[in-house]
Amino acid sequence: MDFALSDEQLMIQESAAGFLAAASDSAAVRAAMASPQGFDAQLWRQIAEELCWPGLMIPEQYGGVGLGFVEQAILLEQMGQHLLCSPFFASACLATPALLLGDNEALRQHWLPELAAGSLTATLAWRESRDGWHAAEQPRATRNGDGWRLDGIYGAVLDGASADLLIVATRDDAGALRLFAVPANQAGIRRQALPTLDQTRRRARIELDGVAVAAEQCLHGDGSGEALLDKVLQVAAIALACEQTGAAQRTLDLTLAYIGERKQFGRTIASFQAIKHRCADLMLAIECARSASYYAACVAREALVEDGDANLAGQLAEACAIAKSQASETFMHCAEESIQLHGGVGFTWEYDPHLYFKRARASEQLLGTPSWHRERLATLILESRP
Amino acid sequence: MKIGFGTEDEAFRQEVAHWLEQHLQGEFEQLRFRGGPGDEHMFPEERKAWEREMARGGWIGLGWSRECGGRGLSISQQVIFHEEYARAGGPGRMGHIGEGLAGPTIAAFGTDEQKRRFLPGILEGREFWCQGYSEPGAGSDLAGVKTRARLEGDRWLINGQKVWTSLAHESDWCFVIARTEPGSVGHKGLSFFLVPMHQANIRVQPIKQITGTSEFNEVFFDDAETAADNIVGAPGEGWKIAMALLGFERGVSTLGQQMLFQNELDEIVRIAKANGAAADPMLRQRLARAWAGLRTLRYNSLRMLSGPQNGSLRPEAMSYKLAWSTWHVELGKLAMDVLGPQAEILDGEPYELSRLQSLFLFTRSDTIYGGSNEIQRNIIAERALGMPREPR
Repeated sequence: MDFALSDEQLMIQESAAGFLAAASDSAAVRAAMASPQGFDAQLWRQIAEELCWPGLMIPEQYGGVGLGFVEQAILLEQMGQHLLCSPFFASACLATPALLLGDNEALRQHWLPELAAGSLTATLAWRESRDGWHAAEQPRATRNGDGWRLDGIYGAVLDGASADLLIVATRDDAGALRLFAVPANQAGIRRQALPTLDQTRRRARIELDGVAVAAEQCLHGDGSGEALLDKVLQVAAIALACEQTGAAQRTLDLTLAYIGERKQFGRTIASFQAIKHRCADLMLAIECARSASYYAACVAREALVEDGDANLAGQLAEACAIAKSQASETFMHCAEESIQLHGGVGFTWEYDPHLYFKRARASEQLLGTPSWHRERLATLILESRP
Repeated sequence: MKIGFGTEDEAFRQEVAHWLEQHLQGEFEQLRFRGGPGDEHMFPEERKAWEREMARGGWIGLGWSRECGGRGLSISQQVIFHEEYARAGGPGRMGHIGEGLAGPTIAAFGTDEQKRRFLPGILEGREFWCQGYSEPGAGSDLAGVKTRARLEGDRWLINGQKVWTSLAHESDWCFVIARTEPGSVGHKGLSFFLVPMHQANIRVQPIKQITGTSEFNEVFFDDAETAADNIVGAPGEGWKIAMALLGFERGVSTLGQQMLFQNELDEIVRIAKANGAAADPMLRQRLARAWAGLRTLRYNSLRMLSGPQNGSLRPEAMSYKLAWSTWHVELGKLAMDVLGPQAEILDGEPYELSRLQSLFLFTRSDTIYGGSNEIQRNIIAERALGMPREPR
């Protein structure tokens, strides 16, 4: 048992922090927000080709770096700190785990090398329920000769307009969930970018209109789609929790810097106990979110590899619920406090707190709201355990 | 970053669990799950006997160095011991102040003679300790200590009053912070003494708490005596030693504390399933929140105990007291809300509380003792976040 970053992991953390501080500063984030695509394509190439982040946890046999989910979590924490606008989350935290956790080896061999290289990006399309998980109703998959025909609409797919590959969640005639890998340029797919409250992460409406796919494009064997999607969403929720933790930390750091300078009544406002105590509470919440998200990342690592510790992997649902609910509430609370403690300038477009506040709201809703995760946890405690 | 335990550690876990299973039997059977917070006044003699039983098994001083007679076990193994101890329902420790605070302080700052005199008594479960820090005028502001000590011949004579001293009436020794420089103020001029409790010049007065029980005491020193060489460090070094002592609690025992919390939460969950509270959506949210909070305390502790042990208190350690006390006080309220109307009915006359009623009332002290939440927030803001200090 050693629940601390190793020297190698600390190096990854430091280099990511250094790189993003320069490459994703406030001006860069705002430029990406204003761009049609929502991210800087040149920066993405640099991230892919020089830093190899998209392939970090993809096994070497598929052209990846072969590190684990904990290393990915470290990157995510830093990306959250700097509100990096990039296809990383959709591609490396949703689509890539779907391919890795599915059991279609041919699909892995076909898609993972390009995903690892970052020359291609992907996303996962699923219909969200009100509480941010997947809805019972998904687009239809109907038998079409040896393959399938897909029809239906996804309301708000992450990076849906820019992704090259779509992993789509559908239901077949028997009601079973099926995930297919579909190139985004395939006939019958219509995509429409949507304006979003949080401009640092893009969404798109995607319509499938008679999209013909081969049976080989299904990620999994018969009957295992439901469990696969659930597991993918859990892993992604843990990834998001790590990102939220980093972002929450940054809102506190920004706030501390500001209130340490701002003077009223002849003293810095940081010297008022009313403010100190609020900051102390934020730090405690962030440390708890960090502990919970790193623990969950360790669990996810075991769940993602074939020879993972079964006992730890079995904690996935619990660890995910704990991490996502806490990180969501912590980030939201920190972002709210950041605006409040910045005072008037916190309400301006010019200062950054609103960027975090909007990301916090979007992330809290995405991949399961806090109360949804707690209800899931309550079911585990009250109904599943003996 | 690794969260599982190795095979060697798991073997150690088996050994601990087996020993506890074998020995929490017979006369000790009745002590299971007893003597914890809110119940510390129960079975004192039997729990002292249990300490001697533990000592015979070699389970005291696990983290102490071998030179001091301890076993020098790894942090992981100490954690495992505390977890298994709590899981088996091991009784509240009578010796924890000696083992966790007095012993490490004497080992770090004491003379060789003091180590020879005091450490074996702790390791063998023969001598029990209490802590004389707080005073009526020195709570959060410990530097306000007024108790005085003066050297007369081969004796220190101590005068003053301590308060909130748990187990004072059951202890053989007390470590006392007292002022040795007349007229000194603040943290200057304080010294650290080892004082025998069995003397006529010390009077122990129990404090009746909101639970109706008395774990805490007032202790009055009226020319109380201790030998001239029962001072730790030099006169005037008391503050330095007192502060170092607070750092000895590296959080190993927090894992055991969390197992006790888990026992409490399990009982609440059992009741919720039985009385229908588990169907209430609001209570389900709170039960899940409590569960998540307790797991997170565990994750925090694992972080606290990992990485380089360079003696510096990291942010997660600085916030730990605030974290657990806030969580525990909420658990007490949740217990009452799960019980519903039944929460109002006592186990018996005159004021016999059930375990959960006791939890509800006793947890009100958690956010006060050992540095109130307000003080904890100051510490976090100033030391972890580098914010301006309060005027002192």
